[in-house]
Amino acid sequence: MSVIVKEVGRALGRADERLPVASGLKKNLRKVFPDHWSFMLGEIALYSFLILLLTGVYLTIFFKPSMTDVVYHGSYQPLVGVPMTEAYSSALGISFDVRGGLLIRQIHHWAALFFMAAMMVHMFRIFFTGAFRKPREFNWIIGGSMILIGLLEGFAGYSLPDDLLSGVGVRIVAGIVESIPIVGTYLLFFIFGGQYPGTDFIPRLYTFHVLLVPGILLASVGLHLVLVFYHKHTQYPGPGRTNENVVGFPLFPVYTAKAGGFFFVVFGVTVLISALVTINPIWAYGPYVPDQVTAGSQPDWYIGFVDGALRAFPSWESQFWGHTWSWNIFLPCVVLPGLMVTALLAYPFIESWVTGDTGEHHLLDRPRNAATRTSLGAMAIAFYGVLVINGANDIIAAAFNLSINQLTWFTRIGIFIIPPLVFLSTHRFCMGLQRRDRELLLHGRESGQILRLPHGEFIEIHTPISDDQKAVILSKRDIAPLAIPAATDQNGVATPGLAGKKIRAKLSGFFFQDNVARPSAAEIEAAHHHAHEVHDHEITELHEAGKQAPSQLTD
Amino acid sequence: MTSTSVRRHKATGLVVLLAGLVTTGIGYAAVTSTAEASVPQASQGQLDQGHQIFLEGCATCHGLAAQGSSDGPSLIGVGAAAVDFQVSTGRMPLAAPDNQAPQKAVVYTADQISALAAYVASLGPGPSIPSASDVSTTDAELAEGGVLFRTNCAQCHNFAGRGGALSDGKYAPSMMNATPTQMYEAMLTGPQNMPVFNDKTMPPAQKQAIIKYIKNLQQAQAPGGLALGSYGPVTEGVFIWTAGIGALLAAAVWIGAKVR
Ligand code: HEC
Ligand code: HEC
Ligand code: HEM
Repeated sequence: MSVIVKEVGRALGRADERLPVASGLKKNLRKVFPDHWSFMLGEIALYSFLILLLTGVYLTIFFKPSMTDVVYHGSYQPLVGVPMTEAYSSALGISFDVRGGLLIRQIHHWAALFFMAAMMVHMFRIFFTGAFRKPREFNWIIGGSMILIGLLEGFAGYSLPDDLLSGVGVRIVAGIVESIPIVGTYLLFFIFGGQYPGTDFIPRLYTFHVLLVPGILLASVGLHLVLVFYHKHTQYPGPGRTNENVVGFPLFPVYTAKAGGFFFVVFGVTVLISALVTINPIWAYGPYVPDQVTAGSQPDWYIGFVDGALRAFPSWESQFWGHTWSWNIFLPCVVLPGLMVTALLAYPFIESWVTGDTGEHHLLDRPRNAATRTSLGAMAIAFYGVLVINGANDIIAAAFNLSINQLTWFTRIGIFIIPPLVFLSTHRFCMGLQRRDRELLLHGRESGQILRLPHGEFIEIHTPISDDQKAVILSKRDIAPLAIPAATDQNGVATPGLAGKKIRAKLSGFFFQDNVARPSAAEIEAAHHHAHEVHDHEITELHEAGKQAPSQLTD
Repeated sequence: MTSTSVRRHKATGLVVLLAGLVTTGIGYAAVTSTAEASVPQASQGQLDQGHQIFLEGCATCHGLAAQGSSDGPSLIGVGAAAVDFQVSTGRMPLAAPDNQAPQKAVVYTADQISALAAYVASLGPGPSIPSASDVSTTDAELAEGGVLFRTNCAQCHNFAGRGGALSDGKYAPSMMNATPTQMYEAMLTGPQNMPVFNDKTMPPAQKQAIIKYIKNLQQAQAPGGLALGSYGPVTEGVFIWTAGIGALLAAAVWIGAKVR
């Protein structure tokens, strides 16, 4: 054993004389990572991506990206003798005639759903803790773009097998492309190499799916991780943790062991699900034929919000300049997702402009302490959620005996009402938590022990909170909203850009509205002092006569 | 999507599956008796019995002479097949007006249904109940049935025959409980929002192929494992956001807690 260690050490030493391998490694392996379960969400996405790469390579061995017509003669009886494209036939072959093929297909597809869902949950963590703030804005943009690129990649994969469901999906996307004013039709011809559907689409999509997009994703993932490494990981507030230090475990061995173990958990769960639960039963959908369609034609969940917007949007169309302008498709499927993505990517910059906060942040916010940000996030999720649910309106209608038409109206109205309601209730909830934190700091925790005073009144005993908890609560930073600028300065000169500055100050006031200020050290000191004083005072007083117990005690 | 809806979704899938399996068995048993009932020449006794049942159970809505009323359409000329379909699936007698007559427990015995059918058939010519050989699928092509099914039926009943929503709360029901005779009758008579597939637009051989395909769907083999109700990507999405992400979050929390 020790011989091996010595040998390895010597080899590294020799290597180090030529390249700074060992010293570089040693430094980086010692790099400290803070620890929290929510920091593993990104790992789920990373591991799903690796699983996608591995299984995808296996699929490429057997998949034939060709729209040539063939007649199926494989082992799935209900389709024997049916004409179809070679793509669909080979995907059936993978499912029924390739050893382990169906399992690999299902792993590939379940991993795709995991990949997208995990990226989203990971993003929620980043957002609600404010981890996107300076200096990590660029990594936020990379992450957000990866969700968008992953969405396109997933759609491309879903379309490759050329079954009835995916064909309907491609048809809808063709319609979306066509709806783009002026260039739509040209773009469609460009993408499909002529009329829809043509025979070029699957081969093109294949290159896109197995080469171009995975390449872009791989590069983005790499850059994303390098930046995490470079910026160092953020950490939650706690005892001894500041904006200037990083408290955690060394990358090696603790973090690597944990992460490695977690990879196998993610892999295991994905394989287990894929072995037990069907996904995308392409054989049951049949081959794509343009005049066929099945009830419940839906995209994978991550595209559901576009479908939901499309289903809810009123059917506006206009005719002018010799063109049909399909607002009913263009607005919900191009403009709306475009705005949503823009808002997502621009958020860090918008927030720092509104708050005027340009400092670096390595210590995370507790979501309650950034109440408006938290509420905006909850509102955005609600908006997205309403669209996703509407994308499934026919399934919901059938399953719960509801009317599709009523559900559509519910969405059309709900999309304007539900998100603001979610904003308000989240804000109130955060404020409640802020107030409770203040109470905890000033007066301690309600112990649940009730004391009956001699004169008959009941009071609850408050016990001081632990220092750890104090440190967490004290991490709250209160930023003053930007002041509304005066119209003129002392010399009577009009303030330049007054309107813009006023808007910014108003937004800033909105962002920090109702903030419950963190008590100052003096206030805490005074509160403790007061409590003791009152307590002593009270005892003596109570001995004197059955006077009122001081009410400050439970304040 | 809430977790309750998920549970209900999944439960629906299971129930449908089980129901499909159970009723296929019962369905086969039923085929022979309904088919025998389609002997065209009905006896006077049978007609009287049918008339009697009609007056008691159906005339309130369909009128004393089946001429129709504000509560139900005329049944003159709808034929025995329509009556057999409506009554043997429990749709008729209708309990209360709704978007659509739902399937319920069947009220009448097979004998009573054939008497009713014979009575209504005697009022005017209409499609008769398909015979056992009409619904025989021995010569039918399974794959052809699949193509026809996807062309003519899947847009309402979904690719796996699990049903789907139509406008205004109407729906195409799941076919997992339908007997071959009922499938044939449904195509022949086009109940409510379903189009009629008469023998001109869809010859009997094609109907038989479709029936063979639906029977194949009812056997519910799922090569990929649990089918999640065969509703498509929606239930898959619900599954990943509940069971899938749920399991991995639990694992993350567990590992996170371990190191502390
Ligand atoms: C509560 C009123 C009501 C009762 C009772 C009722 N029906 Fe109906 N029936 C309707 C209505 C309404 C329709 C048409 C809409 C529908 O099919 O849901 C209908 C449709 C039908 C049809 C289909 C007609 C067609 O054009 O295909 C048949 C057959 C039928 N009923 C037979 C019966 C028989 C037999 C009975 C008695 C066992 C019966 N109904 C009892 C209301 C009723
Ligand atoms: C336009 C939509 C539509 C199409 C297309 C359609 N159906 Fe239907 N189908 C319906 C509706 C609606 C009902 C329910 C009628 C009722 O409740 O009276 C129904 C009922 C049925 C039933 C009865 C199910 C049961 O268990 O009670 C069967 C069987 C059936 N259809 C078979 C078919 C077949 C086979 C095809 C294709 C040849 C087909 N349908 C095409 C709408 C459709
Ligand atoms: C983030 C990355 C990826 C995502 C989200 C993704 C998603 C998908 C999806 C949803 C499908 C449909 C599967 C099905 O049939 O049910 C698919 C099919 C396919 N993917 Fe991927 N994929 C990714 C990466 C890759 C990579 C890297 C490769 C190859 C190197 C690959 C190769 C394939 C092939 C060949 C198919 C068609 C085979 C078939 O459908 O049976 N994928 N992909």
